[in-house]
Amino acid sequence: MSNIKAKNFDLISLILVISLIFIGLINIYSVSYSDSSSIENFFSKQLIFVIFSFSLCLILILLDINFYFKYASIIYIIILFSLILVLIFGKEINGAKSWFNFIGFSLQPSEIMKPVTALAIAKYLSNVHSDIKNLKIQFYSFIIILAPTSLILLQPDPGTALIFLSFYLVLHIVGLPSLYLNIFIFISVLFISTIIIGMNIMLIIIGCIFSIIFLYMIYKKIKKKKLIYLSIFSVVSVLISSLIFENIFEQRHRDRINVVLGVEKDLSGIGYNTNQSKLAFNSGGVFGQGFLKGTQTKGDFIPEQHSDYIFATIGEEWGFFGSLVVISLFITLLLRMSERTTKQTNLFYKIFSYSAIAIIFFHFTINISMVIGIFPTVGIPLPFISYGGSSLLSFMILFAGYLKIDSQKKSKW
Amino acid sequence: MRDKLLQLLIISVGLLVVVKLFSLQVLNSSFSLINNNASVQKIYEFPERGYIYDRNNKLVVSNDFSYDLLVVPKDVNLADSIVISKDFNIDLKDFRKKFLEAKSFSNIKASILLNNISKDEYAPIQEKLWKHGGFFTQKKSKRTYNASTAANLLGYISEVNKFEIEKNSYYKIGEMIGRQGLEKTYENELRGIKGVKFFQKDKFNRVIGSFKNGIYDSLPIASKDLTLTIDLDLQQYGDSLMLNKRGSIVAIEPKSGEILALVNSPSYNLNSLVNKNRSINYKKLESDSIGKPLFERGLQGQYAPGSTFKIINALIGLQENIINEGTLHKCEGGHFYAKNAFMRCHTKEATFSNLNNAIYTSCNTYFAKTYRGIIESYESSSVGLDKWNDYVKSFGFGNYLGYDHPTGKPGFIPSSNYYNRWYNNSWRAVTTISNSIGQGEILTTPIQLANFASTIANRGWYITPHFVKKIENDSINNDFKNKNITLIDSQHFEPIIKGMVDVIDIGTAKNSRIDDIKIAGKTGTAENFVRINGIRKQLTDHSIFIGFAPADDPRIAICVFIENGYWGSRWAAPISSLIIEKYIKKEINRKWLEKYILDGDLSAEYLKPYLTNNFKINE
Repeated sequence: MSNIKAKNFDLISLILVISLIFIGLINIYSVSYSDSSSIENFFSKQLIFVIFSFSLCLILILLDINFYFKYASIIYIIILFSLILVLIFGKEINGAKSWFNFIGFSLQPSEIMKPVTALAIAKYLSNVHSDIKNLKIQFYSFIIILAPTSLILLQPDPGTALIFLSFYLVLHIVGLPSLYLNIFIFISVLFISTIIIGMNIMLIIIGCIFSIIFLYMIYKKIKKKKLIYLSIFSVVSVLISSLIFENIFEQRHRDRINVVLGVEKDLSGIGYNTNQSKLAFNSGGVFGQGFLKGTQTKGDFIPEQHSDYIFATIGEEWGFFGSLVVISLFITLLLRMSERTTKQTNLFYKIFSYSAIAIIFFHFTINISMVIGIFPTVGIPLPFISYGGSSLLSFMILFAGYLKIDSQKKSKW
Repeated sequence: MRDKLLQLLIISVGLLVVVKLFSLQVLNSSFSLINNNASVQKIYEFPERGYIYDRNNKLVVSNDFSYDLLVVPKDVNLADSIVISKDFNIDLKDFRKKFLEAKSFSNIKASILLNNISKDEYAPIQEKLWKHGGFFTQKKSKRTYNASTAANLLGYISEVNKFEIEKNSYYKIGEMIGRQGLEKTYENELRGIKGVKFFQKDKFNRVIGSFKNGIYDSLPIASKDLTLTIDLDLQQYGDSLMLNKRGSIVAIEPKSGEILALVNSPSYNLNSLVNKNRSINYKKLESDSIGKPLFERGLQGQYAPGSTFKIINALIGLQENIINEGTLHKCEGGHFYAKNAFMRCHTKEATFSNLNNAIYTSCNTYFAKTYRGIIESYESSSVGLDKWNDYVKSFGFGNYLGYDHPTGKPGFIPSSNYYNRWYNNSWRAVTTISNSIGQGEILTTPIQLANFASTIANRGWYITPHFVKKIENDSINNDFKNKNITLIDSQHFEPIIKGMVDVIDIGTAKNSRIDDIKIAGKTGTAENFVRINGIRKQLTDHSIFIGFAPADDPRIAICVFIENGYWGSRWAAPISSLIIEKYIKKEINRKWLEKYILDGDLSAEYLKPYLTNNFKINE
């Protein structure tokens, strides 16, 4: 307790998080209430998770911060090793080998990997010799992120792997050259366009655009070397996008992406989840059906409604106002956290805090977008609200880390 | 700078999500939810299809019920298989086979285990239904026809096809629609409007209550019964008279335009189109290219009207002052209407006919000269013919009559345009002389001829013939109440009717006289041809009769058309007189005539074109 100053403690953020957890508990109760046939009661289990997470976080907060700094690499390597173990000994749930089974409870090491990676990258980059503008440093940073990401992809759990992209956002904030972000955005645009309009048309369009610019440049006598690289890069990107989409993605991934992009409309098959979830929001209307009264919820139509799709229940039972409250709580929390982190001078603290914010933000964005049908179906939880012990623990550790760091910002490192 | 990027992203994502939620939750109306929602089950409640009665309130078409036994495999306790198969009277092996089929279709959705269970078989099954989980029954309604008659007139119902579903959103797959006949015309009345109830279901397809307390539910609106203008007894008597003959009988009540009978021969039994074998039976009917039972001759058959058409030429002649009652025309067993063009006539040589005896002897010469007079009284043949065409069409010829049945043909009355095209503008009255005696290009349908008889009976007007007299809680179309007035003044009808009475009394249809009913009529004999293997061959003439009775206060107008019936008075006139006698006196005194008609068999005549290359006609 010695190094937490009550004056600097971010009580408001804590209240926001507790509110979110409380909202989560209410809605998990509503979902499990309707399904009387289910033996396991999600609500009581989640309650245990909450108490456990809080207790554990209290212990973690009480430990000296130097402990984390000192052992960051070792913790990282241990958890990374557990990601290898889970591939061998893990329990397969929903087609992914991502669970360890302990007496009665399951644990997802990939969830724990999120705060641990944050810790590792924070430690690595806060070193005085680590200049992010340096190519070698960039390379090692990427390795720290890519190692767990690839192991998680092997499970396969693309949703969680996707979350690890949030670290690149953190790297960008702390000074990674813009080129990376630009390339990422450029490739994303090409990838999505290729899926929507097809490889051949895409190549023709790129051909036309570059020819026109090329002719213009000849006319103006501008150097063309960069443009030639860019056009080759575009064509290769399109070809690889098409190759990845058609050959590496599985059909279900393709279908999910197609549904969101509007390429395909199949409301009973692939688009079922999204459609049912949208119907739940529609059914909720402005004021909602009321607690325990959602028809979509009662009908138990939406798969994973207690976990990934919990926001649909909120939307149906509490209506537009209910969803608005949850969104506002999240946005306030995230803005407040990032505002306070901006003022952080210590790079280790800063990177860890930003990582925590970025991870929560990515989860929030992708989960909500998926539930309201503007992002393909990927199985990731809504922070603090969705049912699930590992994810709750992970978010709580990230948040506790933030709280501890935040309370220390005045002290010298 | 880059510190702000994260906050910017957070705010934009927040806004984007709120906008999307606003459009999902606030802007979208909640009804769209009902219509594409797997969690809401719509259960339709169909009103029973309306009954159809004849004009004397005899039940013609009603509904019968059968039941289907359905099974939800998940809920069935298979340990009870033996008891189940015993209770539901299914062979155990059969039950297991069907159960597995149902299960392979869906474990949680209902499949039909037994269908078309009759009311008698249903009772014991219903008693034991409660004993076994997973079984329920479903009531099904089917049309039953209490009298095997007027098949094409009544029509039938069948499942909607995908075009109808696209055209009219009322219909959903598997529902029935009036496909032909009056079932089609009066589909909306006979159908009523289905009600709908919305239920909330869970993901196992189980109903867990009414959806939003039933605020979107609607009650079915009852169907309406129809009362036909058809007299079932008369219709069925007509059927019996038409046995082994082909053709049609159309009888109309002149003062109301109500169709008393529409007999088509050969016909078929509509009950064959509602049972299991309906598609086989329908194919059989459809592929009968010789008898053509699906071809409603009374409405769709376009034939030359023959001598019955002379009446209209006489009426036009009177109206146009070409002839009067006293006008005489000389007939020498025919006449030369042009150089080397002789029209034969069956009257004695060198007789002078006035209008009256021209009608009852059916003198070709008289009407040819009248027709020529009409056309030539105008400055050109074209003008004259078009004037004549207007008169003819005012009787409902040459176009669809506008009755309430979906099938029909317009017939054909040539106009000057037609001949101008055909003869390259060089034609005269005599070129079209066949029009005077109802041959040549003219085509009429039997119902048009019956309507013609009805118009004469009314002395110059008709009400559009129709088949439905009354719709329950509704009124019939106003078109069936208004008089259509012809271009002929009513005084010109009397001399014509006198001639038509004489047709029966002393003329061509003497054999069809009834002592105490004054019939007015006109026989017709129409030449006809058929094309067999590309060669045009003449067949035995059609036998036609139009008439009405009693002549002074007409209660029934009739047209009888017998294909290849030799000549008018051989079949058509006697059949007409029997129908008239039956309708007016309710019983037949002339048993000998009835027997002659009932025994009459023209089957051999119809086989002629198909049996040998050379056949003789009209003997």
